Amino acid sequence: MSFEIRDDCRYRESHEWAHPNGVVRVGLTDFAQDELGDVVFVELPQEGDALSRGEEFGVIESIKAVSDLYAPVSGEVVAVNERLFDEPELVNESPFEDGWMLEIEPTDADLDALLSPGEYRDQTE
Amino acid sequence: MSQQDPVERANEGEEPLRFEQASWQASEETYEPLLSEKGTREVTVESPLPDDLTRDSVELPEVEEPELARHYTRLSEMNYGVESGPFPLGSCTMKYNPKFTEDLAARPDASVHPDRSEQASQGTLQVLHELQGYLADIGGMDAVTLQPPAGAAGEFTGILIAKAYHEANGEERSEVIVPESAHGTNFASAAMAGYDVVSLPSNEDGRVDTEALDAALSEETAALMLTNPNTLGLFERDIEEIADMVHDAGGLLYYDGANLNALLGRARPGDMGFDVMHYNVHKTFATPHGGGGPGAGPVGVVEELREFLPDPHVREAGDTYEWYTPAQSIGKVHGYDGNWLVLLKAHAYITRLGDAGLTDASAKAVLNANYLAEQIDYEIPFGPFHHEFVASAGEQDAADAAKRMLDFGVHPPTTKWPEIVPEALMTEPTEIESKRTLDQLAAAFDAAKESSDETLADAPDRTAADRIDQTEAARNPRLSWQALDE
Repeated sequence: MSFEIRDDCRYRESHEWAHPNGVVRVGLTDFAQDELGDVVFVELPQEGDALSRGEEFGVIESIKAVSDLYAPVSGEVVAVNERLFDEPELVNESPFEDGWMLEIEPTDADLDALLSPGEYRDQTE
Repeated sequence: MSQQDPVERANEGEEPLRFEQASWQASEETYEPLLSEKGTREVTVESPLPDDLTRDSVELPEVEEPELARHYTRLSEMNYGVESGPFPLGSCTMKYNPKFTEDLAARPDASVHPDRSEQASQGTLQVLHELQGYLADIGGMDAVTLQPPAGAAGEFTGILIAKAYHEANGEERSEVIVPESAHGTNFASAAMAGYDVVSLPSNEDGRVDTEALDAALSEETAALMLTNPNTLGLFERDIEEIADMVHDAGGLLYYDGANLNALLGRARPGDMGFDVMHYNVHKTFATPHGGGGPGAGPVGVVEELREFLPDPHVREAGDTYEWYTPAQSIGKVHGYDGNWLVLLKAHAYITRLGDAGLTDASAKAVLNANYLAEQIDYEIPFGPFHHEFVASAGEQDAADAAKRMLDFGVHPPTTKWPEIVPEALMTEPTEIESKRTLDQLAAAFDAAKESSDETLADAPDRTAADRIDQTEAARNPRLSWQALDE
């Protein structure tokens, strides 16, 4: 089975994607949403919260499992996708678009520490 | 014990016992209204609360007695339990709960208050002390606490004891090693006790990989948690070597009693080198599975760990029994000495079966699992196994296969775990099944295996309820009767 891996994102081994565009937008990969199955609940931080790279920023619950979510970069949370509270299925339906989770104003925008699309693809195969 | 109706007894001029009065009066007050009596009940309540904090009516569900009777009968018909048919839920050891243990626990004189004096509690203390001894003998342990209220609570207690032991020796160890095929509660117990969990892979045979264990062990190792036979039903043949390795590293060896039913009367964790263990009395000794209600998960330890046991503990003092606080006790993990009535049932079960009966139980549990495995067509990748086996649904989705088995009047096995076996069907018939019910189970397995993808996707279709929409139930739970109309 093949999963969407976007070339304009960087990835964590724990399956979060980070898309740099001024702020860094963060979500969960297509591969991860498929492994999890139907997502039923997403818990996210609040705007203004400070995160450090690798810190747990939230929880995602599917019918199969509950997993922690980890911040790919350090910085301040400047936006939270509140639609996920009522429509957690967006993570399944549109992991890179409507299912985004956070926007972080990075203090450490060194995305090179994250996996490249190719490296992440190797991890999922 | 008198089974006489308290009303009858009152009519005969005899005063009902106090507990009878209480339950009789309670039942009088809780009868549902008959049809002719049903309607809006208006009750005036004097309240000192200000008007803006009170309201004129409350909407309470009210049905007449026939509706209520049908409601509960319908629910009971939709349910499936070990008294409905075979229930081979792997690793859960779903034994039938013999009625004599229930009758014993229901005796009024079994309902004793734990705050009675030691002098007035000698009978209770004796039973608890005997049970400590039976469990110690069965597990090859030197001392047993009955306090933990469930298997997982026992695990947590056992790890707290291990931690207290290391700390008393002036050692700060930070890791607990858990095989990747272990019960999820092992990881949770270790983490809750503050340890980092090191996951241990299995070797090709499905057993502990001793090379990987050697690499994982260090001066940070507080304990290795194992169950034997393991989750695949396989006996850890290298257990003595494993015990030496863990002990040489200064760690303790923890035995998860989940699979003790396979060993009863034949082998003892203490003899294999285990230092701490918990017993699942609901599995091995046929007390009801707690399901969140009262349960028991006693913990056994070797001599060196005795003084770390929870407080209080029962011991013999001359001709009598007494409570005492172990010198370096980890404290309390539950009130008093645990859930007494559950422990009483375990005591009764062990006493009635005796050595011969317990040994016979493990033999039949292993025989039943092996007979059933021979009868079914699904592949079973690992063996030889003991009390349970893990079949693979192969190209089928194990959850679909399980749903299909419901159509043949049996409870399905545990599915999709352990993950070592793809699409796992983890099966443990226990000793309670006869050849006839094992054949019924085998027929259900084979019918599921022969089912088309379409049939599997729609299964079950002969049960009281269709397949539950798990996603919808989780996303939009309806938790109140008022939500039924939504």
